[in-house]
Amino acid sequence: MGTTLTTRPERTSTHRPRHERDAPARHWNWLAGATGWLWLVVVVVPIYWIVITSFKTQSNYYAMNPLAPPTEPTLANYRMVIESDFVLYFVNSLIVTVGAVIPAVGVSFMAAYAIVRGSSSGRFIRSVNSLFLMGLAIPLQATVIPIYLIIIRLHLYDTLLAMILPSIAFAIPLSVLVLSNFIRDVPRELFESMRMDGATEWGTLWRLAFPLSRPAVVTVTIYNALTIWNNFLLPLILTQSPDKRTLPLALWSFQGQYSINVPAVLASVVLTTLPILTLYVVGRRQLLSGLMAGFSK
Amino acid sequence: MIPTSAGPGQPSARARGGRNLSLAWLTVPALVFFVGFGVIPLVGVLALSFTTWDGIGDIHFSGFTSWHAVLTDPGLPHALWVTFLIMALSWLVQTPASILLGVFLAGAQRYRAVLSVLYFIPLLLSSAAIAITYKALLDPNFGLGAGLKIALLSQDWLGRPGLALGVVVFVVSWQFIPFHSLIYQGGVRQIPKSMYEAAELDGAGRVRKFFSITLPQLKYTMITSTTLVLVGSLTFFDLIFVLTAGGPGDATRVLALDMYKRGFQANLMGPASAIALILVFVGLALSLLLRRLGGGKADHSQMEGA
Repeated sequence: MGTTLTTRPERTSTHRPRHERDAPARHWNWLAGATGWLWLVVVVVPIYWIVITSFKTQSNYYAMNPLAPPTEPTLANYRMVIESDFVLYFVNSLIVTVGAVIPAVGVSFMAAYAIVRGSSSGRFIRSVNSLFLMGLAIPLQATVIPIYLIIIRLHLYDTLLAMILPSIAFAIPLSVLVLSNFIRDVPRELFESMRMDGATEWGTLWRLAFPLSRPAVVTVTIYNALTIWNNFLLPLILTQSPDKRTLPLALWSFQGQYSINVPAVLASVVLTTLPILTLYVVGRRQLLSGLMAGFSK
Repeated sequence: MIPTSAGPGQPSARARGGRNLSLAWLTVPALVFFVGFGVIPLVGVLALSFTTWDGIGDIHFSGFTSWHAVLTDPGLPHALWVTFLIMALSWLVQTPASILLGVFLAGAQRYRAVLSVLYFIPLLLSSAAIAITYKALLDPNFGLGAGLKIALLSQDWLGRPGLALGVVVFVVSWQFIPFHSLIYQGGVRQIPKSMYEAAELDGAGRVRKFFSITLPQLKYTMITSTTLVLVGSLTFFDLIFVLTAGGPGDATRVLALDMYKRGFQANLMGPASAIALILVFVGLALSLLLRRLGGGKADHSQMEGA
């Protein structure tokens, strides 16, 4: 197609119908196009390598071209990973993720609703909003030492709840931001008519704002689930027994134990990613467009 | 700022006061969690930096001992330097690539939607999984390069300081470029088409249009994305921890890793807290600086998406 960044500016759009539907599309250029396809290779090759290698036997892996599919595909690696207590770690991860995401999205939605509906006149609500926005600017990982202390003092060290509580707090700033951006777009007349009908804020929140904000709720739910499922630092510092491990930590210690067995290590990578991949396949459209709307405004 | 209560339907001040009270209660649960595990730990990190604590026993107030230990340690300037180097390099790699990909993905063609779904996959993997994968992939004896028998690719990637740093920047970019190109994609889609049409009437070329419309219009998107890249790069703990553990030597020992190693491996929670506080200050300073660049008010509505 045409160019934007580099050569041949003479072939501009004077040759084109002016009312083409999509201006940005018309605006693409070979540099961006080349980057796009190159990036696809950069992304796909390692992922392809992970998947095919996880089906190879160990001897097969060392003997053959690493990018060729396995000559004798095997599920032995997966069996070995599953037999190394991965079911337990999976359940731990699931409990931590669900246990943190549902409260995090719930309290963030309530706060976002109040921020949109009340910040024009309420100083308290405005300060709360500023506090959450500040949370976006602070690397929250820097607070892990006091969190460790608090968790010890609460006698929660080495429990799943120890990972759930800070995860909720860490998820709040971004969730409130994305949700309030979305609630702000709900037409004001709808809120007014609910008020005329005598609905309470609590009722309006759950019966009007929540259903109308479903795309944003789905976005922040998936995004938070992704972040919490993949968290490494909190389980690392807040647990010690192997039976409290979540998947990323289990992955790390599995790798330490079997680093020679590359196919088995990669099978564990595939297995830990599958649940989140499923979630992504189900909600990808809303996740992508929701994140885009949340950050690009 | 928010148009909610403007206009003729405005309720009386008293009714509004009552409404605000009940609305204020709705923020309380989120506030409790955020104060309990965000604000209090932030204050706690300041307090702990003036103490001596081994992570298990009692905590003793010890004045500026920890700060003195940290600030006179030659490891600190090194960790700061490595952190800034990784931050700057990952910005330099991620920003142009993300803008190009964002412009590319903003097109309406269907195959681009498919591509953006594929691009996003690295973001689904945990940093631990990505680090483990690249560790195996880059192994000088058994990795991809050795297997394909390409000498250029079978170097000791993680064994040499300069190379290891480059690998960290590459892996970070591999993981996060999809996210930033998504942000730019959204930004490009919001540029009014009429601007391009007007420029075309004036006979502007493609290069001209990119530099005088697309880039300036992406200013706020760029500030958002840059803030996320810079503040985010302060927290690359898990990736570096699993990939290089700060090595070889201390070539990739960033501040966050330094904090973890001092605190949870050497059991020096006081100095570790001092480093954590430096991290917080660097993060805040960067965000404020970028906000200033964005031009105050405009950036504020940017952050709120108003």
